[in-house]
Amino acid sequence: MALDSMQEIFDATAAGNKQFWEVVLDTDMEEREVTAEQSMEKMRASWRAMLEADDTYQGDRRSASGLVGGDGEKMRCYAAEGAALSGEYLTEVIAAALCTGESNACMRKIVAAPTAGACGVLPAVLIPLYHRGDFDEDAIVRGLYVAAGIGAVVGYRACIAGASGGCQAEIGTASAMAAGTLTALRGGTCAQIGHAAAMALKNLLGLVCDPVAGLVEVPCVKRNVIGAVNAVSCADMAIAGIESRIPVDQVIDCMGAVGRRMPVEFRETALGGLADTPFGREVKERMREKA
Amino acid sequence: MLDIFDILGPIMVGPSSSHTAGAVRIGNMARSLLGSEPKAVEIGLHGSFAETGRGHGTDRALVAGLLGMKPDDLRIPRSFELAKQKGFAFSFRNVELKEAHPNTALLTISDGAGRTLEMQAASTGGGRIRVDRLDGIDVNFTGAFNTLIIHSTDVPGKLAEVTRELEQGNVNIANMNLCRAKRGGSVLMVIETDQKVPPLVRALIEELKDVTRVTYYEREDT
Repeated sequence: MALDSMQEIFDATAAGNKQFWEVVLDTDMEEREVTAEQSMEKMRASWRAMLEADDTYQGDRRSASGLVGGDGEKMRCYAAEGAALSGEYLTEVIAAALCTGESNACMRKIVAAPTAGACGVLPAVLIPLYHRGDFDEDAIVRGLYVAAGIGAVVGYRACIAGASGGCQAEIGTASAMAAGTLTALRGGTCAQIGHAAAMALKNLLGLVCDPVAGLVEVPCVKRNVIGAVNAVSCADMAIAGIESRIPVDQVIDCMGAVGRRMPVEFRETALGGLADTPFGREVKERMREKA
Repeated sequence: MLDIFDILGPIMVGPSSSHTAGAVRIGNMARSLLGSEPKAVEIGLHGSFAETGRGHGTDRALVAGLLGMKPDDLRIPRSFELAKQKGFAFSFRNVELKEAHPNTALLTISDGAGRTLEMQAASTGGGRIRVDRLDGIDVNFTGAFNTLIIHSTDVPGKLAEVTRELEQGNVNIANMNLCRAKRGGSVLMVIETDQKVPPLVRALIEELKDVTRVTYYEREDT
């Protein structure tokens, strides 16, 4: 097994009467020549690092440019009031995405998933469910294999770096990973996992990578929020029986094709998009003087 | 295929896998390949490393790696202070290198006791790195394997002697490359192995005639 397509994973689940996560685990055991226990121990460490990033968040930290920090705390306070439009779970998802994204920008320890810039998406949808007691650590760890499997397929068929394919490759991929994981945790079938991932990626197709001053700060932190919220809605759609009309592997290939045709200004070079607004250029100038 | 822990991982100090985690790994690689405790470094930053490196902590990450830290070490942001405490001297300048990857650093390091190393390496994405030049000789390896660097004089049969030592140490070769600047000069053997190369095997290789130096990078945990 090489995790070259989602179809290949689906076929392996059918042939071996296995679940999606088990097929990904088997592949890791083969590829790195490790036991199931060794692999799962490493995945557990990733999960604990995600939790730690959230637990140790502090609203008074600021990023290199000073533009990022404190928003996660604002959202948590607002969530605690219970008056948010989004409802309890989604409000916590938004806050968690901000907290992890900000922690990354402030040089704290995070888990790239699939990249550092998109590190907030996957933990954001899982941490509130874990704290509520909906899923224990073992269930979440199994879910992370689903995320890793989806990400590996996207990385193989398309790309996962903003420099290669824009933000759709980072936040889009993270969102697809999170959508598939949520679907699996809630008992969705393999096909539903595929539909959730496909819908999540489609919804963010074409998103450009345009970081102000080239820093993983603005708009990256808040894009983690859209990645996470999008994942929740796509997982709910998939479990409701809604299908992606376009097969998931074709959606992934399409994301890669869009990425390759994306002008270089929109691929992490900080030459276009929000980076090229008057505000963006001003920050860039300020950072240059500081250096 | 991709390692699933390259997708869910690395566990790292932010903000950028290429500009921060990759930079730590470049520093770490240079430290290993010097083979002794570095005392001073001059770092040239090229391309995007020069452009946005300071905002991403690339400078502090490189120094952290040279001090022996791994990408998940929370002391990375404080590496400059730690370096000063240890008496480790560092300086930065922007450089323009020919045909180099946009995220490239050129490190000139010394241990203050006569050992020096010039290493050019690129951060190629997701925290992965690639070493492109060592002491002026073109090379190509990534640190995804345990890596043995053997400096020797360019004479026939040297490679066979080295591989024999590895065989006797039960070390399997994954990839191998011979790199040299000119015929009959000095040659670099870059040998990537599946297993760790025990200190004894390295010492035996270093004792071979015409071998001038052996350095070794041990990959991060599997």
